[in-house]
This record gives sequence, structure tokens and C-alpha cells, in this order.
Amino acid sequence: MVEKLTTINTARIREDFPILKRQVNDKPLVYFDNAATSQKPNSVIDAIDRYYRYYNANIHRGIHKLAEEATVAHEEAREKVARFIAAGKTSEIVFTRNATEALNLVAQSWGRANVGRGDKIVLTIMEHHSNIVPWQLVAEEKGATVDFINIDENGELRQDEVQEKIDDSTKIVCVAHASNVLGTINPVKEIGRVAHRYGALFLVDAAQSVPHMPVNIRDIDCDFAAFSGHKMLGPTGIGVMYGKAELLEGMPPFLSGGEMIKEVHTTGASWKDLPYKFEAGTPSIADAIGLGAAVDYLQNIGMENVADHEKEITDYAMERMKDVEGLHIYGPTNIDHRVGVISFNLGDIHAHDLASILDEDGIAIRSGHQCAQPLMEFLQVPAASRASFYIYNTKGEVDVFIEALERARKIFAR
Amino acid sequence: MSSDIYKDIILDYYRNPRNFGDLSDADVRAKDSNPLCGDIIEMQLKIADGKISDIRFKGKGCAISQASASMLTELAKGKTLDEIKAMGKPDVLNLLGIDPGPSRIKCALLGLKVLKLAVYVYLGQAVTEEVKQLG
Repeated sequence: MVEKLTTINTARIREDFPILKRQVNDKPLVYFDNAATSQKPNSVIDAIDRYYRYYNANIHRGIHKLAEEATVAHEEAREKVARFIAAGKTSEIVFTRNATEALNLVAQSWGRANVGRGDKIVLTIMEHHSNIVPWQLVAEEKGATVDFINIDENGELRQDEVQEKIDDSTKIVCVAHASNVLGTINPVKEIGRVAHRYGALFLVDAAQSVPHMPVNIRDIDCDFAAFSGHKMLGPTGIGVMYGKAELLEGMPPFLSGGEMIKEVHTTGASWKDLPYKFEAGTPSIADAIGLGAAVDYLQNIGMENVADHEKEITDYAMERMKDVEGLHIYGPTNIDHRVGVISFNLGDIHAHDLASILDEDGIAIRSGHQCAQPLMEFLQVPAASRASFYIYNTKGEVDVFIEALERARKIFAR
Repeated sequence: MSSDIYKDIILDYYRNPRNFGDLSDADVRAKDSNPLCGDIIEMQLKIADGKISDIRFKGKGCAISQASASMLTELAKGKTLDEIKAMGKPDVLNLLGIDPGPSRIKCALLGLKVLKLAVYVYLGQAVTEEVKQLG
């Protein structure tokens, strides 16, 4: 068999990530918890460092050199993000603290103004808690209902339920582009068409897709999208809420105060133009600049190449995991319907016990309910382990991981 | 195959838990869970002359939580309620023979937390902050 050569030079990429040189429990770190947060390249760390060392200032005010430089760098980061996801306008990119805050922004601002008694909010059973709880709160307050599209035995959304549950009473449909547990890539473009046919809006939780594959937000034609900087090589403390400009224009503010106002009088206030209307207070300036550097890094590699590399690693890991006795993988068997996320259980070993044993070998994986309890209930498992990959992971690391799984199996077989 | 945490004794108590099950004539029952892991422990106590005369536990979860709860039931039997109230983290670590580290300590201490909860409930006393912080 001739193996397809990856276009990514993993050895060179690994040189850019200082943390990958770390030893954990006297073993080289194998970082397979990328769906929780990714590691950061030097260019991102340096961009943040440079801001604080050379041009730290508050933005959008202050007529001085440092304020100017900081404002330009912050707004350049916004432009980079807009280009990265092919947004129509830069002003459609609203910076938040993380994807969770972006989702809360849409639920609190758009949701509370537009969802009423008897309306329906349609989610999927594979949503992260952050795309469930904000909608439950709005539904409770407004007397609306929340319905869930279920999955089939293969971990993919049931198309009959997509057609059945989205109806005339539906106000918004909110779907993860890629599942943080199953790895399933959902057919968001098609689901969005169904939502729009019924006059409902369409929101995509892109936290697990934007970091790992090319995402063209206009092609998907969603009305809102959310993702986090820290899962795509950027720092924590910065996230993105994308919204179509014509919708954002009509929405009330989420948080209010400084930075987001045009005028304030004792009788009331008016708001700044997009996107600043939604960015109250001094933002995470350094982190936005760091996210801009992360986008540069990813674009330099090319998102097609990122996706290809992760597919190759995932394919290899799934093949090797099949040979581990008693190991059960959740989610699609078709590798083309997956991102680089593999959730699994090994025999009757509790996920936390497994994670502890792997940690002894320097391997970082996630274990538990993975912030998706409704999905775990649906799968009827209390917890699962999860390995998730990124551009710097190698087949050699997968081999170390498989060895550790075998060690865990033998320890618990005693 | 060796592991620093999963010593034979822990796996033995996990696979063959001592004092597992129900006490039909229990004087007090208490239950709690660890939201991080989803570990669940229930303790059932029979109390006579201010001492634990019989004890059972039930539960689901990781090996650390289940083994430590089982070991604890053996230690608790015959102890006075005051002695149970005075027990703490070192007693559990002593039973396990290892320190499972900061990310797993709550699994290890859940059994002790539930045992203490049962004692406070039996005595009709308010649960202390120290107990709430355990698991």
C-alpha cells in the first residue's frame, strides 16, 4: 500500500510549539486533548508579549501613538478572522471572551427579543452544554419549548427528525458544526436550508470546526456562528460571535457600559455601530492580537492541509484502536464524516481511571461527560474518554497511546 | 504491568467490594455524587451505643472512589460517631496507600464525605464546611 504523503511537515511544526518539548512524569508529553484547548505556537506567544512590551494601550480612544498602534493591531485581528471564515463584512465579527459567551450573547440579545410563548427552539442531542443551557434559560423565561434532533446508531443526525422537528413554530435552529464528543461533522448547509424554509434563523456552533477545517461562513449561510480562540492555537479569553450584519443591526446590546456607546445622557444612551455595540468595556486586546497571529499561522499551513493531516492521524488511530481488546469507539465509522475527535471506552474501566493511567505515561486525554450530558444519557454511558488531535500530533504518538491503552487493559485485567 | 496509582489492593477492593449492598434496618442513609466524574456513593449505617455497629455502601464510578469507600466501611465499623467526625484526608490516603493527586483527590474523599454526612444527619447537626469541601 502506498501511503499518501502529508503536505504538513510535522517535525517543523512541532519546533514552533515550546510546550511539546515538556516531559510529563519523565515521559515526552503526548497532548491529545486538543478539543478542550490547543497548544500555542511561538508566534502567538510572541504577539501577545510584543503588545505588552511595546504598545500596550487602551483602544478606540486616546490620541497618542501607543493607542493608535494598539487599535490598529486589534482591528487587524478582526479583519484576519473575517477573512479566515469568509465573512461578508469585518463588522460581522464580534469579539467575546469565548464561544460560550458568544452563544449567550445571541440567546440573551436576539433570543429574549424574538422568542415568545409557544415558540420552539430546535437543538441537537450532541450539543455542548454551552449551546443548550442559554436556550433553556430563554425558553423558560419566554414560555417557549426546546426540542432536540436525535442521532442514529452511527452518531449522525437523523435526517427524518431534521425534517420533522423544524416547523412553522421554530424560531431558531442551533447546531454544532462538529461534535466535541462524537467528532461528527454535521451537514450544516442542508440543515440551514430547512431552517430558513420555515422562516427560522440558523446558528452554527463552530468551536470544533473552525480550528480544524476550511469553514466558509457565507457558503454555510448561517445567521450566527460562535467559536473560541484558544481551540485554534490562540490564547484563552478571546472568542468570536459572527452574525449577519442586518440581524446584528436590529439586536439590542448584550452587555453595556463603556466602549459600546455613542452618546450617554441622563435620559438614555445610543449605541455605537457594529461590531462595537456588542463589545462593552475594555476588551481582551492582547488576546485578540494573539488570535490574529494564530489565524496567520493556520493560514500559512492552509486549512485543507490541517484537515488532511488530522484525517490521516484519526484514520490511523481508529485502525489501531480497533485492535485493542474491549475498546469501543463512539461516533461515525466513516472517516469523512469526522473531525479528529475520538471518544471511546475500554472495557469496564472508568474513563477517569483510564485517564490517570495514561497520565502516568505522559499522555493527556479528556475523560468524563465532556460537557455533553444529554448526549451521554442518549448513549447510555456515564462517561467516556476522548483523544483529539491537531497539526502537531504524529503517528508515533498514536503508537505510544495504543501501548498505554494496552497497559491499562492489563492492569485492570488483574 | 504496574501502575503507581492502581495498586493491587485498590483493584481488589474495586473488583470485590467489601460491605457492598443494603442494610434493611439502617438507622441513617446518605448519598452524594461527584459532578466531575459522576461518581455516586451511598452509605447506610446501623448505630448502637454511639458506635457504628454495621455499615454498607453502594455506588458507581471510578476505581478510586469505589475502593476507598469500601475500605472506609471496614475502618468505620465499631468507631464512635465522634471518631468518624474527627477523620480526615490523611485517614483515606493511609487506607489507599497512595496520594492520587489533585485531580483525583475528590474521587478518593467522596466516601468519607458521605460517611460524615450520614453521621451529621443522624445527629441532627448542621453539616460543617469541612465536610462539604471533601468530595
